[in-house]
Parts: sequence; structure tokens; C-alpha cells
Amino acid sequence: MAMSSEESCSYPEESELELGLGLSLGGGGANSKTKPSPAAVEATMAGHWGQYARILTAKDFRSVVSPKECSSSSSSSSSMTKTNNNPSCGVKRTAEPSSPPGRSGASQVVGWPPLRNYRIQSLVNHAKSPKTEEITPAIDKCKNKTTIVDKTNCGSNLNRNVAKEKGLLKTSLFVKVNMDRIPIGRKVDLSAHSCYETLSQTLDDMFKLSAVVGARRSNAEEQVLKTRRSRLLNGSSEFVLTYEDKEGDWMLVGDVPWEMFLISVKRLRIMRTAEANGFGKCTLAYALSCL
Amino acid sequence: MDPKLKKTKNSSSNSANSPDSTHSSFPFPDEVLERVLSFLHSHKDRSSVSLVCKDWYNAERWTRTKLFIGNCYSVSPEIVARRFPRIKSVTLKGKPRFSDFNLVPQHWGADVHSWLVVFAKVYPFLEELRLKRMTLNDESLKFLATSFPGFKALSLLSCEGFSTDGLKAIATHCKNLTELDIQENGMDDLGGGWLSCFSENCSSLEVLNFASLNSEVSFDALEKLVRRCKSLRILKVNKSITLDQLQQLLVLAPQLIELGTGSFQQELTPLQYEGLGIAFSNCKNLQTLSGFWEDTSLHLPVLYAACPSLTFLNLSYATLRSGELAKIVAHSPNIRRLWVLDTVGDKGLEAVGSSCPFLEELRVFPADPFEQDLHHGVTEAGFLAVSHGCRKLHYVLYFCRQMTNAAVATIVQNCPDFTHFRLCIMNPGERDYLTNEPMDEAFGAVVKTCTNLQRLALSGLLTDLTFEYIGKYAKNLEALSVAFAGSSDGGMQCVLQGCPKLRKLEIRDCPFGNAALLSGIEKYETMRSLWMSACNVTMSACKLLAKEMPRLNVEVMRDEGSDESQADKVYIYRTVAGPRRDAPPFVVTL
Repeated sequence: MAMSSEESCSYPEESELELGLGLSLGGGGANSKTKPSPAAVEATMAGHWGQYARILTAKDFRSVVSPKECSSSSSSSSSMTKTNNNPSCGVKRTAEPSSPPGRSGASQVVGWPPLRNYRIQSLVNHAKSPKTEEITPAIDKCKNKTTIVDKTNCGSNLNRNVAKEKGLLKTSLFVKVNMDRIPIGRKVDLSAHSCYETLSQTLDDMFKLSAVVGARRSNAEEQVLKTRRSRLLNGSSEFVLTYEDKEGDWMLVGDVPWEMFLISVKRLRIMRTAEANGFGKCTLAYALSCL
Repeated sequence: MDPKLKKTKNSSSNSANSPDSTHSSFPFPDEVLERVLSFLHSHKDRSSVSLVCKDWYNAERWTRTKLFIGNCYSVSPEIVARRFPRIKSVTLKGKPRFSDFNLVPQHWGADVHSWLVVFAKVYPFLEELRLKRMTLNDESLKFLATSFPGFKALSLLSCEGFSTDGLKAIATHCKNLTELDIQENGMDDLGGGWLSCFSENCSSLEVLNFASLNSEVSFDALEKLVRRCKSLRILKVNKSITLDQLQQLLVLAPQLIELGTGSFQQELTPLQYEGLGIAFSNCKNLQTLSGFWEDTSLHLPVLYAACPSLTFLNLSYATLRSGELAKIVAHSPNIRRLWVLDTVGDKGLEAVGSSCPFLEELRVFPADPFEQDLHHGVTEAGFLAVSHGCRKLHYVLYFCRQMTNAAVATIVQNCPDFTHFRLCIMNPGERDYLTNEPMDEAFGAVVKTCTNLQRLALSGLLTDLTFEYIGKYAKNLEALSVAFAGSSDGGMQCVLQGCPKLRKLEIRDCPFGNAALLSGIEKYETMRSLWMSACNVTMSACKLLAKEMPRLNVEVMRDEGSDESQADKVYIYRTVAGPRRDAPPFVVTL
């Protein structure tokens, strides 16, 4: 997937103006994603990357005093009062934006910068060495050539952590997590994680706390979430962790590199393989057996 | 007479000076005319020829063997089949270009199957098929492989819907395959077994490109294939091929003209290292190098022997630093085309400027498109440095995070011959970082100075002034890409009214509305297509346009939850085939 989309918009009560155009990514139009209720959207406004792209307008382009300020300006969206996806909001682009946003620009817009998916996926897979060092040719040669990013190894995600510390990283990425047969869902901040392991652990903790979950299930979940890949992939556990991607498809968590997952995830679902909600038992089991 | 005609017909050119087109009978017999026209290859020339008179139209249609269809919906397979009886090679392009960036929903269309069915009936001797942004599934590939006994060349770029199983069918059934070129598709890579499906009798391969497939292939099968295909001139392997495997392949195929390396990262013994260097130096015909997966610079010196003959170096997947690039380009003085990642920085580009005087094309891709750190990547300084040293530069694709109007003005003064100028300042609406002004003057300078400009992609903060400049000066402009730019309808109007050769216009996230859309009402039939998304266009204007211009397809896609009256995504194109019959429910043809 190319770009992630943006948080939903609001009206300029504050000095910040955002417009959500309901600009779907990829398969949005085809797979008629249901629009979240205003309440739900508001709740997720603090950085939730819903399916709405954002038209950057004058107010986005505050002067860059510090990256931190910019990042907080986006995360302050939690104080916005209203979601409005009315695309005829008029103010597409007011005339005189001030200096460009330090951090709220390119990465939050659908299909921008214009790079093909193939290239983006390749870049995500690239080994990244810390860029903050001054690298001389001599050091280049001694550079550890085997630092291929292990997607399941959190430690190598230096850039992300560095960027986060600098306040350059986008703010929280809260997505809903629902579990079959549990009516009340949870929210998890994906940007607080840098790999599948910790996410699994968090979800494990989250749902073990649920009153509905019995001891037996907790164990199964534990197993699922701890040995995520093997369990989920061979379908032997009682639960499967899935996510809905930008195109509206439900996918198994864990196949793609973490960064790519972040770009395409909309929400999570822990499905029970025995009786998956909304699927036939056979359908899900068949699907899993094909993996 | 059409001046182009005089240029391309280098043999018997009397027909160029023939009597004017009002004569219905032509002094030369058909056979002669047909023979003459068979030398014409460019489809543009052929189109011109076919307009001269009825005789020429007929002669042309009988002699055309290569079909180029820039928009698969502009014509139908049946119409094509009726007009051209002797087609051997087909190039088909499907989805709008913005589909590469996920602006077009899934299942939009551009399925090739209906074309294949017609071709199977009418062109059983079809040899080549080149698809770009089309949808095709494995069934279609199997159909292709089994319906055309003489099939030779398949090229798939930015297509989707198929998997390696489809490739298996091609490898298995196409006994005379000369070309298999699979690039950057949205396909399912189910494994590398397809490579082993080539029969042991297959020795005709000239082009094999599977660089963008990730699964491991059988090296044994590959090695045997390369060994028996003596005419192999283009080989681009994937990451699964290691360096020592690459060396073995090079030894088998020193005649290669284009090579895509596999994984360039491996611990090599000194002997292996030396062997690799020798293998490269034995490739005397090597002109293009690409690949270089994995982040490594350790083994780059093995290339040096091959560098002097290189004309195209694609390092756009290699995270090289400035020093490493400098060394490579120092050995590559004859480079015409260079693609790099912005990890090389401005310093790396300086080295390019000083080492590559013949450079014609430069593409700089971002290694970290989503990170906002201004300290990385390239700036205007790098671009300037290249323009100082490479005066023949005429094609640029440049991703950066900062730019100035003054720099661009200087760049185009240094290199006034730009035909393709694609500048992507990655933050939408970015100003000139020194003067804080919009980037209008930068693109103004480009269009004023570069009179041969054919393709332009804009970025940065732009007002209507940019579009006034474009309309006024860009008289040869054929393709324009606009995003997050403009202040009012006037901008788009300037372009529509001022650029006579405009064929492709793609616009996203701009404040252009109905007035702008309708100002081009007569122009769109002269263009291939117009894309407008996230602008201010409403359904009523689209309906009006559709009503007035029956030979245009006006297709609208609405976004989830948007207002009924808004036309969120509009795709307008000329067609002789009428509204498309395979439009999915979310595409409304007005």
C-alpha cells in the first residue's frame, strides 16, 4: 500500500482546519466501508487513520517552530468537537499558507508522494542504518552488512524510535480491536508498538482482562499471541488475529513488514476459528488451510 | 504533406511528393504503397498516414503489425479487429496513471480477457503482448499461452490480478518465448516454481526479467536456461540469486546487454570476489545495470570493470552514500541514464555532475518517503550540481524536501533542453524555503526556457500564476500532473486554453471546479484523458459535459459517505466504443 490516510476532519473552532473528503484509498469505493458513527470517529480523532484523506489547507501550514509543536497540533485534534466529512466544505485551499508543516505533510496523504506500491514495499524492506551518524567511507566498509530489518525484531527499528523521540513521528494510531462474541471493543495505539510481538502481548493483556473471557480461552489467547506466527498461520489455535486493510479486505496479521502493516491497517479483529462471526466455519477454516 | 512522413520513409519517398489528397486514385499500385508504408513503425506516423485519403487509410491498415492502444477503453477489441487484419504485436494500457498511487479503487476494470478472446479469433499469429496497468488473472494467462502458438513476448508492467501460476502457464506452453518481462505488478508470488516450467527445448529466450518477484527460483533451472539460451541479452534476476550464483550466470552469458543483479550482499572469499570481478569484466556488451538489492557497498568495486561501457545505471534500490556513488560514477563516464536513491545526498549528486558529462536522464527517489526529517535526502543543491555538469540533461524525476525558485531557474538555464520535468517536493504545498514565496516562478522558468517540454509534474505551493505560465509558454506540453496546487478555476482554464498539444491531464486535490471543467469541453476530444479527483467538481457539471460531448466517456466515482452532488473522482476520456460495459457499480458513466 502506498500512503496512509489521514485523520478525520473538523470545522475550524480551533485555529486548525481540516477537511475530510472521504477520499477512500485503494478499494474504498468498491468495498463500501461503512462510515463510522460520528461518536466513534470523534473518539478516534486523536490520530486515528481512518479512511479519509485530508486536504491540507492554510491552517495546517503553521510556521515550523519546532517539530514538537507541529506534532502536538495534530494530536490536539482530540479537542475538536466535530467530525465533518462534507466534501463541499468549501475551503480547499486558502490562498496564503504560511511555512510548510514540519511533519504533518506528505506521509498523511493518500497516494503521496507519488511512488508505486512496489517501490514503497521495497523501501520498507530495506535495511536501515542509523542516519544520525556521520558516515565516512572507512566506516561504510565496516558497517554491519547483515542488519536486515527483521520485521519481528523490535530492536532494529531505530529510525522509528529516533524519529519518535524527535517528535517527528506522527501521533497515535489508535485502531479498534474487536473480539468475536465480545460486544465491547477496545482501542490500541499501534504507534506505541514497533513490531508484532509487543502488539500481540498488549492484546493478550487487554483481552484477558475481559470478564467474558474464561480461563481456557485466556490460555489459548496466550498461546496465540505469544507464538503468533506459527499458531495463527497453521490455524491450530482457537483465535486468529486479523485486520481490515484500506481496501476493506480482512487479512491475517503478520504477513507483511510492520511498517507496511501500519500503513494499511484500519482495525483489528480477534476471530475465533471455531465459530468465526460472520463467516461460515468452513469458510474460515478453509481460508486458513490455504495459507 | 505531413513533414514527419518525409523523415521516416527513408527509402522510396516519392509518395511524399505525390499529388494532394483530393485525388482519389493514386499513381502507385496498392502493393507499392503498402510496401512503402511497411517501413513506418511509429504509430503516430501511421495515424497521420491513415488520415491522408482512403487509399492510404486502407494501405496503412493492411500493413500495420503493431498496435498501440493508450487507453484500452478508447476503442473496443471488435473495432480494432475489423480495422487491422494483420496485427502481430499489441501494447495495451489500462487504468489511469493515478491508480499506481492507490487513487483508483479495486476492481475498476481494464481486464484484458475480452481482448484476448477477440485476438484469439482474429490474430492467431499474435506474437507480442505488452500490458501496462491492466488487470488479468491466471486464467487469462493460460488462455494466452494456449491460444497463440507463435507467441513470443510478454511484458507486464504495473498490472494486477495474476499470480506466478499464470507465469507457469506461459513458461510451459509458449515454446518460442523470446521475452518474459515482469515488472512491478500487483501479483501474488506463490513461489518460484514457474521458472522450472520452461521446457528443456526452450532456447529462444532473449529477455528474462523477474527482478520484482521475491520467491526463490531453482538456480539449477535458471542456470540451465541461461546456458542454452544463447541469444539472451537481457537478464534481470531477483533477490534470491546470490552473488556467486550471479557470477556463474555471467560466465554463461557474457553477451548480456542488460543485467539486473540479485542480492548483492554476501560474504565472498577473495577468490570468489576476484572471480566475480573477472566475470563482470568479460561482459563487454553490458550497457545497463540494475538490481542491487540489499544494503551493501562492499562488493561494488567488482562492477568497476563493467562501468565504462554502461549507459544506464539503475541504483534506485541501493541505499548508497555519496562516497560510494562517487566511486561508481567515476568509473562510468558514459552514463546516459542514472537512477539513484536520495541516500546519496547532494554530495553524491555533485559527483555525478562532475563525472557524467553525457547524462541525459536523472531520477532521484526517496529512501524514506514518509519520514519528515529534513536532514536527509537531497535538496536543490544536488540538482543544481548535476545541472552544472550535465548540460545534456533532458529528463528528470526528482524527489526532495526543499527547493527554491532561484535554483530551478538556474537549473533550466543550464539545461534548457528538458523534455520531461518532474519535480516532487514531498510536502504538499511547500514554499520556496529561502524566500517563503510560492514556487510559481520555478515552474514559470521551466516552461519559459524549456520550449521542448513534453511532460511536467508540479509540486510545492502554487497559485494560478503557475498555470498562467504553463498556458502561455508550454506549447509542446503533452502531459501535465497537478497536485495540491492552484487557487481558482482560472488556473485550469489557462492550461486547457493554452496548451495545444495537451493529451493527458491528471489533477488531484486542487480547487478547480465546474467552470474549469467545462471550459475544456471542446478540448477533451483532442486529449487521451482527464483525471480530476478531490477537486470541486459536481455531478451536474459532469452530466452536462457528458450530454454535450457524446464521444467522451465521463465516469464518476463517488467516495464513501460523500455528498450526492459531488463528483469526487472524475475520469474523462475520448472513445469510439461508447460507455464501457464492464464498469463496476461504483463507476457511474454519465
